Amino acid sequence: MSLAANAKQTAIAATGNAFVTEAFRQIEPDALCAYPITPQTTIVEKFAQLVADGEVATEYVCTESEHSAMTATVGAAAAGARAYTVTAAQGLAHMWEELYIASGLRLPIVMINVNRALSAPINIHGDHSDIMGARDTCWVIIIAESPQEAYDNTIIATPVAEDLLLPVMSSLDGFITSHSIMRGDVVDDATVKAFVGEYTPCDDLMIGSPRTLGAFANLGPTYMKVKKAQRDAMDRGLASIKRVGDEWASITGRSFDHVETWGMEDAERAIVVMGSAAGNARAVARRLRAEGEKVGVVKVRTYRPFPVADIAAALANVDAIAVLDRAETFSAQAGPLALDVMSALYDAGINTPLRTYIYGLGGNDVKLEQMYQVFTDLKAVTTDDVSGVVNSTPRYLGIG
Amino acid sequence: MTTIKELSLVPERLVGGHRLCGGCGASIAVRQVMMGAGPDADVVCGVATSCLQVSTTIYPYSSWTCSYMHNAFENVAANIAGVEAAYKGMKRAGKIDPDRELKFLAIGGDGGTYDIGLQALSGAAERGHNMVYVCYDNGAYMNTGIQRSSATPKGSWATTSEVGVVRPGKSSPRKDLTSIMAAHHIPYVAQAAVGYWKDLVAKAEKAFAADGFAFLNILAPCPRGWRHDLDQSLVIGRLAVDTGFWPLFEVDQGEWNLTMPAKTKKGLKPVEEFLAAQGRFDHLFKPGNEHLLVEAQQDVDDYYSYLKKRCGLE
Repeated sequence: MSLAANAKQTAIAATGNAFVTEAFRQIEPDALCAYPITPQTTIVEKFAQLVADGEVATEYVCTESEHSAMTATVGAAAAGARAYTVTAAQGLAHMWEELYIASGLRLPIVMINVNRALSAPINIHGDHSDIMGARDTCWVIIIAESPQEAYDNTIIATPVAEDLLLPVMSSLDGFITSHSIMRGDVVDDATVKAFVGEYTPCDDLMIGSPRTLGAFANLGPTYMKVKKAQRDAMDRGLASIKRVGDEWASITGRSFDHVETWGMEDAERAIVVMGSAAGNARAVARRLRAEGEKVGVVKVRTYRPFPVADIAAALANVDAIAVLDRAETFSAQAGPLALDVMSALYDAGINTPLRTYIYGLGGNDVKLEQMYQVFTDLKAVTTDDVSGVVNSTPRYLGIG
Repeated sequence: MTTIKELSLVPERLVGGHRLCGGCGASIAVRQVMMGAGPDADVVCGVATSCLQVSTTIYPYSSWTCSYMHNAFENVAANIAGVEAAYKGMKRAGKIDPDRELKFLAIGGDGGTYDIGLQALSGAAERGHNMVYVCYDNGAYMNTGIQRSSATPKGSWATTSEVGVVRPGKSSPRKDLTSIMAAHHIPYVAQAAVGYWKDLVAKAEKAFAADGFAFLNILAPCPRGWRHDLDQSLVIGRLAVDTGFWPLFEVDQGEWNLTMPAKTKKGLKPVEEFLAAQGRFDHLFKPGNEHLLVEAQQDVDDYYSYLKKRCGLE
């Protein structure tokens, strides 16, 4: 395609937050309404500089709270604008009410969440607790492993949101990804602008004739019909994300899969993980492979909608599975990703022994030894022949 | 000032058929505010969760002929600030006709403004969005059953400041929100009342004409919550002003002006006349509560004196 033929990529070394800001500059949304919070701050700071230098036409609203940041983003999107916001942790929690309003009003907002632990105790480092608090709000959720993916996901999020009329959250791991400098490739401005295209809202408060938005659906089946329509949009999500991801891949050469696999062709044991820790898991798997161990890694990049079929396909032929969660949802069962995986396997009729783990909360170090321990645990599962045993009581890694 | 004949020709932006109560001050306030926007203005209006919101947009109906949006309870200022930001950004990017002029209006009740919406209101005012914020103040959470707000007058009955053997209604005085908004040093702040339409429309005109954030605090009688007959709303609205319970004033580019009716120059009526007209103050007139009436009058006198000093009249 012509976009791919004309695209130029430039290698840069930058933090995850800088990659996100670069994508923002290139997309140049009509409005960015945000409130600063660690570890997201370097995004809003750099964007404020772009605004001050006149490099973007975006109206930047530095609100007095995250609740108002998401509210103003909702208002801007309802007005007909391509509207973005950025947050983390307490900020995302503070937005919670508005997350439902954004999706219920079917506004294609893009939000970057630089994920971080939720208080208390207060902790500014990365984990997926904040994402899990927003998990059920009818937002599409894509999670990056690296600064490069944070860049790609930010760009992919825009056409996906506008196709589904659903808000999209693109998340990167606080500090680990947001503040680590890595090499990556950015695509030229013209190609990015052409890729996201001109935004034409399907409805708006400003451009067309007068509208009433947010009416009171208090009686009868209207409310339930609206919820079903949101569900139907989420059902179309995986196909939409894959189509846009593949189009972006044709430009960048970087493939997009909801579930990325490493070594899974003949793996007997597998770790399922999201975000930056996928790199740790692969590093250990690579070493074990060199020693003749048949191990693999399954990374979940699209978290909502959950890629049930892809998960089941990736794990269909292994003898033991470990699911690693960087969040505790206090269900007194497994972590949230583990429960999603177990549900996907159940639907596919797969009853493979499965262990669940909680790791890296509040940015607790994710060491290679932890990954070795997980693969060793799995080996014990297979040699002890405890087939059919699902361990939904998670083991905690990294706290002795 | 426009004549009443001219005002009658301004197209209604909140039309009949809504489910607000007879005698409701909110719909009167909104219609008069909309008159102040002028006949040709393109208005985008947001309403916080409130009686006004639930009664005017019962799906699939809408009583609004202008663009209207409801988001939530505590955030109408931020919501309309976002709409205004989109307007600026899209105009700069050439996505909106440069000649297209829009007016942005946010409306909340006293609960959605004095209490849960105060932060969003203050933030939007401080950032200087070009919009008008209207609080229709009926002194309690009427939509959910007359619970007290920080606008509820001292001594008033409300369902969360009940009158009993040891407590005579609300114990603390109401918040002076209009002065708080004046302290933001925004272009225009005013206090108006349903019952004095000419003053209200004139202030709405100034608010829409202001370059930046404008705030109107409008006393809007509520027959249900105030416990008075439906046909008494305008009479009681005027009594609130004539007794000094709700003085009319504006802060125009930092200049404080009292805009009280000429008849009050001869002196204010006793606040008892305002209180006695409403069931929510019945207990103040019972034997043993005489001191509460004295306090109520003292509070009114003190505030009026404060206001006159701010206006350079004392």
